[in-house]
Amino acid sequence: MSELLAPFEYGYMVKAIWVSGLVGATCAFLSAYLMLKGWSLMGDALAHSIVPGVAAAYILKVPFAAGAFFAGFIAAIGMWFVRQNTKLREDAIIGIVFTSFFAAGLLMVSINPTSVNVQSIVLGNILGISDEDAFQVVVIAGVSLAILLLIWKDLMVIFFDESHARSVGLNPTAFKILFFTLLSACTVAALQTVGACLVIAMVVTPGATAYLLTDRFGRLLALSVAIGGLTSVVGAYLSFFLDGATGGVIVCLQTLLFFAAFVFAPKHGVLAGRRKSMPEASAP
Amino acid sequence: MKRAHAINAGSAVAPEAQVARLTLEKTPSISVRDITVAYGNGHIAVQNATFELGAGTICALVGVNGSGKSTLFKSIMGFVAPLRGEVLISGLPVGAALKRNMVAYVPQSEDVDWNFPVLVQDVVTMGRYGHMGFLRIASREDRRKVDEALERVGMAAYRTRQIGELSGGQKKRVFLARALAQESPIILLDEPFTGIDVKTEGAIIDLMGELRNAGHLMLVSTHNLGSVPDFCDAVVLINRTIVAAGPTATTFTQANLEKAFGGVLRHFKLEGPDLHEDEDQRSVTVLTDDERPVVFYGERRDPRAAARGKKDGPR
Repeated sequence: MSELLAPFEYGYMVKAIWVSGLVGATCAFLSAYLMLKGWSLMGDALAHSIVPGVAAAYILKVPFAAGAFFAGFIAAIGMWFVRQNTKLREDAIIGIVFTSFFAAGLLMVSINPTSVNVQSIVLGNILGISDEDAFQVVVIAGVSLAILLLIWKDLMVIFFDESHARSVGLNPTAFKILFFTLLSACTVAALQTVGACLVIAMVVTPGATAYLLTDRFGRLLALSVAIGGLTSVVGAYLSFFLDGATGGVIVCLQTLLFFAAFVFAPKHGVLAGRRKSMPEASAP
Repeated sequence: MKRAHAINAGSAVAPEAQVARLTLEKTPSISVRDITVAYGNGHIAVQNATFELGAGTICALVGVNGSGKSTLFKSIMGFVAPLRGEVLISGLPVGAALKRNMVAYVPQSEDVDWNFPVLVQDVVTMGRYGHMGFLRIASREDRRKVDEALERVGMAAYRTRQIGELSGGQKKRVFLARALAQESPIILLDEPFTGIDVKTEGAIIDLMGELRNAGHLMLVSTHNLGSVPDFCDAVVLINRTIVAAGPTATTFTQANLEKAFGGVLRHFKLEGPDLHEDEDQRSVTVLTDDERPVVFYGERRDPRAAARGKKDGPR
């Protein structure tokens, strides 16, 4: 029994567990919207694009969030600029821009190996996070979560039917800018917990899992947040025993839940689909 | 081609239809004043368009694909700002009018994400958002209006269905219910008759008639030329600019339609031995774009002759 409680005896573990949980929950909130719009890869693109910003921030000793934000902003402008001036499709543009930024980031880190560890950017390093960084992450995630709780219904209408959103007096463009600002902020936060490569899972998988379990958006949000938060807490806790990368454990847990939902979901799961088609198939 | 519909202009413009009016917050009107709309790539979608619509009107917006119908809708909804000219809704600029819940919008079916995780009642509740507070929490009044709207379109039994599980006609009713719950004096309907059964079409037309009698203003974009004279008081014919706008009886004419559609309409003219075995000089003209055709009797379109023609019917 005392063995199971062992992680809680270490300050860094306790910090890792609750910071991960908060970040996981906030990212999961955003995932509910992203996956419905088919914008899932946007999160991935953002996460990779902010790497050079984080690297530069460590080299220049400014807050990593500032650097990350700046890089994400430049990347977004870059994507917009290329799209305006070519006929390339969105996926190609996203692919080109985010790999360029990621490569630049890796290059910067490899040239200055002392200032920042590549691994902690690519794989995250929640267990070794400094109090300063943890504070930034908590502020970002907390503020984002609070804003989302206030505007989730407005965002739902905008994502569902922009014309109608306008007709009830909402400004979709302003809300979308706010949404993407929150998304970039949370990718920065998630970078610290699971690393650049796995951020995409944090902003897609919980929402996708919840989508299989319910037909109501409010419940989808609640389920998604619960899945994201719990898997992050449990993942951080388990990583103590497994001695493995926290990000890897969290995302594997999320994948397991997704798989369970995929097979067993009461209405949209594979088994439910079988049951539904069975009587029809056996009917003469 | 489903079934031919004859011109029946006389009954559609009956002035007594405008008598019984609800007390609407503000008299609905749409005033499009010499607007020119261009897109970022320099493409001019609508040029020098002008027309006025008032309360108690069902107006059809008719034109080929790419004629600027959706651009016109977008300007009225404030999605695109005109390069020149202005759109006023009940005398207000578009933004201010939308903030006051003046305009409801019924989207084209293909513009809706039917896999979105919302139930029928959730969609209709969205119609009340403009009446709710900052957190969009439904009051008892809001819930009552949602119930009423669902009853009125006959969808109360389906309220807990996910929207993708409905038939084409039921889907359309849900969005009509949302517009009803919104209680806006102006309703824009984008292709409401596409992909629905004849029964639903009749129900929608009846509902629009009731709303017209209550003083609402409806602008309906449609390819369904044959039904236009049956339920529309006014018509706006568009082809990059306004070809003609006015009461159906005087505006929805063969000459104007040919001007609006150019060579795009399929045009069948039956006369002489194809139509009669006697020496009658009259002919039948069938104009159709892709749905229900409109039929004109005689060399010139004359509403009275048309009404007569309908009674007699072609053989």
